[in-house]
Amino acid sequence: MEITMLYYLIPSLVMFCCGVYGFITRRNMIAILISIELMLNAVDLNFVVFNRFLFPGQMEGMFFTLFAIAIAAAETALAIAIIINLFRVAKDVDVKDLSKMKF
Amino acid sequence: MKQEIGLLVVFLLVFLYDTFMPKKALNATAGFTCGLFAIFTLMGFGALMLDSDVTAFAGMYQTSAIITTIKNILNVGVLIVLVQSCRWANSDFTSVRRGEFYELLLVTLFGIYLMISARHFLLFIIGLEAASLPLAAMVAFDKKHYESHEAAVKYILTAVFSSAVFMMGLSFVYALSGSLYFADIYVALGSQPSVMLVVAIAFVIAGMGFKLSLVPFHLWTADVYQGAPTSVTSYLSVISKGSAAFAFLVIMAQVFGTFYSQVWEWMLYAVIILTITVGNLFAIRQLNMKRFLAFSSISQAGYIMLGVIAMNQTGVASLMYYILVYIFSNLAAFGVIQAIENKTGYVKMDDYNGLYKTNPRLSVTMMLAMFSLAGIPPFAGFFSKFFIFTGAIQQGSVAIYVLVLIALINTIVSLYYYLLVVKAMFINPDECKIPTFASAWTERLGMWVCVAGIILLGIVSCFYNTLLEMSLQSSILASL
Repeated sequence: MEITMLYYLIPSLVMFCCGVYGFITRRNMIAILISIELMLNAVDLNFVVFNRFLFPGQMEGMFFTLFAIAIAAAETALAIAIIINLFRVAKDVDVKDLSKMKF
Repeated sequence: MKQEIGLLVVFLLVFLYDTFMPKKALNATAGFTCGLFAIFTLMGFGALMLDSDVTAFAGMYQTSAIITTIKNILNVGVLIVLVQSCRWANSDFTSVRRGEFYELLLVTLFGIYLMISARHFLLFIIGLEAASLPLAAMVAFDKKHYESHEAAVKYILTAVFSSAVFMMGLSFVYALSGSLYFADIYVALGSQPSVMLVVAIAFVIAGMGFKLSLVPFHLWTADVYQGAPTSVTSYLSVISKGSAAFAFLVIMAQVFGTFYSQVWEWMLYAVIILTITVGNLFAIRQLNMKRFLAFSSISQAGYIMLGVIAMNQTGVASLMYYILVYIFSNLAAFGVIQAIENKTGYVKMDDYNGLYKTNPRLSVTMMLAMFSLAGIPPFAGFFSKFFIFTGAIQQGSVAIYVLVLIALINTIVSLYYYLLVVKAMFINPDECKIPTFASAWTERLGMWVCVAGIILLGIVSCFYNTLLEMSLQSSILASL
């Protein structure tokens, strides 16, 4: 059996959709962050697969992935720092507490 | 390139000053930063005369006269924000960490510069993230206020979500074209849009829409604007939004320019109508001044997008002019809010009842800002709206005439809620809670500059003429 591009793209798409679903439905902030990480990883996978299968002569997609991983790490670090700050005040990481300001 | 290097020098000097100077000298950090940045801003105008078209990093980075100009416009805005925030930065609670505030702000500006000058999506993403991540830290700056944390969480989660969506769109674009250079993608995409490309463009518009707070993606805006410290809010509402608008224009023209009428004109069309209308309707029912200005800035973003959908030279010039005028009008309003908040802590619209009796000069400044935002003739806001409508109409199709008509009707709606503030200050008879007070000279300086801008920018026609001349010579829309 030959492994074609589709075998990678379908898991990547499923990951992205799971990420969006989790971002919308999860109530725990850490879980929301994990969902966003899923989306970012789906993007990375996409870039690598497109580069490998469609444009094997160049490395642009690979480089983009490397930078995207670094950026995702920075984003997570900052988001966790902010969530910890909030936890110190609210003693909880549930988004139902984030309702002081609305409409 | 000169401006980026200059900004790095300013950043390093501020960083070294903040790290190594003795405790006593740190009281001057705010003044030191403002002074350095003022010199840097002036030198930016000097660079305009020297700088010709420069490319760097194998064509990933490009600058030209018009790009230098938009950076100069943003610099002026940042300078006003810095001057207005001096008093807040020197207050007891913030003063321990004021160095961090200035460093984060300068890093954000550096990211914005990269984002505007990028001609390759890798550099663009790096600029975008460098512009939005430190901002989240700045939003969370007010550690003792719960709202600040809540706003920061909302901001960082939506920012990361939006950049994930944006990068997903980019991966599709990469699959279709095999490159990340704007110019190469433009050539490789051809002229027939595939389904995948439509999805990719929708993702890109959605990703940038979060940054610009266009309507289906605007839900974070009001909460973040309300919760963040007022200095950060003013920075977020003018500089971050203005730069994102210009970068959006560059992407749409240089990468997806071929598919303007086939694909994204209609997406943007719907988004603009929604943005202006929903922004206006929600602004009417706001009671908190910062929240009110948040919704007003959402509808202003809709007007700015008219310059993108125009896709012609007039559109580019009027977009830049709109950003310039918007900087002065919005910063005047935020200057007043900030002065009152620093002194008394009041931010509700009811608290402004009868403000004219106690603080006549503040209320006149606020009135000028509101008139300019609403677009009442002698002030700059009228001219910026006029030029942006002109640019859109020159595009020529009937659909755009309808769009401009809808925008015009919305201007009348917006007049209602802008005048509510004026009514509260001048006509409502209540006893004013806010006592007569003298604002700090830095705040006054910032407001004077803004008022001068509001009055002069419209009447003195050379500003718009210069911008139009530049955009006629520029290659921003070269791919058309």
